[in-house]
Amino acid sequence: MTGFRTLFEKELLRFWKVSVQTIAAPVLVAVLYLVVFAQALAGRAQAYPGVDYSAFLVPGLVMMSVLQNAFANSSSSLVQSKITGNIVFILLPPISYLQFFCAYVLAAMVRGLVVGAGVLGATVGFVELRLEAPLWALAFALVGAALLGALGVLAGIVSEKIDQMAAFQNFVIMPLSFLSGVFYSIHSLPALWLRLSHANPFFYMIDGFRYGFFGVSDFSPAASLAVVGASLIAVSLVTLLLLKSGYKLRH
Amino acid sequence: MSLEVEEGEFFGLLGPNGAGKTTLINVVAGLARADAGAARVMGADVVADYRRARRMLGVVPQELVFDPFFTVRETLRLQSGYYGIRGNDAWIDEVMEHLDLTEKAQANMRSLSGGMKRRVLVAQALVHKPPVIILDEPTAGVDVELRQGLWQFVRRLNRDGHTIVLTTHYLEEAEEHCNRIAMLKSGRIAALDSTRNLLGRFPGLELRLRLDRGELPEAFPARLVSRDGARFVLKLDDYRGLEDALARLREAGLKVLEIELQPPDLEEVFVRLTGRGA
Repeated sequence: MTGFRTLFEKELLRFWKVSVQTIAAPVLVAVLYLVVFAQALAGRAQAYPGVDYSAFLVPGLVMMSVLQNAFANSSSSLVQSKITGNIVFILLPPISYLQFFCAYVLAAMVRGLVVGAGVLGATVGFVELRLEAPLWALAFALVGAALLGALGVLAGIVSEKIDQMAAFQNFVIMPLSFLSGVFYSIHSLPALWLRLSHANPFFYMIDGFRYGFFGVSDFSPAASLAVVGASLIAVSLVTLLLLKSGYKLRH
Repeated sequence: MSLEVEEGEFFGLLGPNGAGKTTLINVVAGLARADAGAARVMGADVVADYRRARRMLGVVPQELVFDPFFTVRETLRLQSGYYGIRGNDAWIDEVMEHLDLTEKAQANMRSLSGGMKRRVLVAQALVHKPPVIILDEPTAGVDVELRQGLWQFVRRLNRDGHTIVLTTHYLEEAEEHCNRIAMLKSGRIAALDSTRNLLGRFPGLELRLRLDRGELPEAFPARLVSRDGARFVLKLDDYRGLEDALARLREAGLKVLEIELQPPDLEEVFVRLTGRGA
């Protein structure tokens, strides 16, 4: 267990040492989104009855930050280690592939949740936020962060270069998180986009997380959690299989 | 190939670039998977019993890799933790002391010179006191002072019972330190023997002479290898041949202006066995 614990701590230390870049910067970005969108879209129809647009926006921004930063942590750490070659320090010791996976995913979850808490803390003063079902919000934050952390490990294993990683981040993670209903309720969308949104796993995470705050959502939270949980299991299994085989890590 | 290194040996793995030295090491260290065959460290299979195998093994990689996020001490503490060891500071201090790293304990890895980074790599391989230590070209690009300090430390580890496996491009290093040597060529073992036997495999001494005239006496008791004007490179069977040769020169009235005698070295064995230089 010491090997796992050390790797987990190393991953925490890694982002903590550059926390201006890994924590403060994403919090600032989320606050900017809130200021700009809340200002631009103020006075528009309420997404949910009795919920102000900027209040509606906050949980979405918090969850988006959790997800993006969880992904960024595990993926960038792995790709950097692979490119600089210092991944050997982790490959030489007797650390099992399961410990390897769990350490990276847990550290990614911590980074995601810390940034999410930062965004919530920075924005909560500006809006009137309810907290109807906090356990649902927590469950979605945890499972969502784990899913993106695992996806980050997967992307980190597969990518050999920084630009491959960046492509994954910019062309997959960013569009999926932006088009997931962070900035709008998907019921305001045309029928085709509504249907497409249901194929986006990010939608279920954002929608479920938001349910925790307002007690209202576009989709049943239990069903959303099932979708996210199933995605987590699927991504974890694929990633563990790759790790076990040594794919692109042990040649 | 089939190769066994005995416990407590100082073993050399030589061969030209691309001979398969690093691949062999990677298979033993679990960094690469063999297409076929098996490797064991102190009896532990590197795939089936990888945890035990890896705990037995310390590897100093060839590439100068480091994690720029950490200081020297943090790097060594983390590496200990990966091997399941906490509170390892006493041993870490000792290793740093031997490798002259104590002053740099709090320095960030990024700020270290190449030679210093190499020392940290050696220290990282030793944090878990492995009985088997593999050094993959440990002195490549390292200054003379460190080289000597490093060898002193590695020899001490060997005396204390650690098995050392060394790959190097510097044949004199292998000649000086290794008891036994395997020479690889294109993934196969071209020679495997004790250093002494390998050196004895192509006996003879090289005799270099510059004479006052460009000729050699009739029936000169040394084989001519090459000649450039009055400079001759010759081959003697042994040291006794030298006296005969000098007597013959005197008889013929030839004066020796320069003389040099070279014992056989691994370089020659290496070149002749692998068909190319190191």
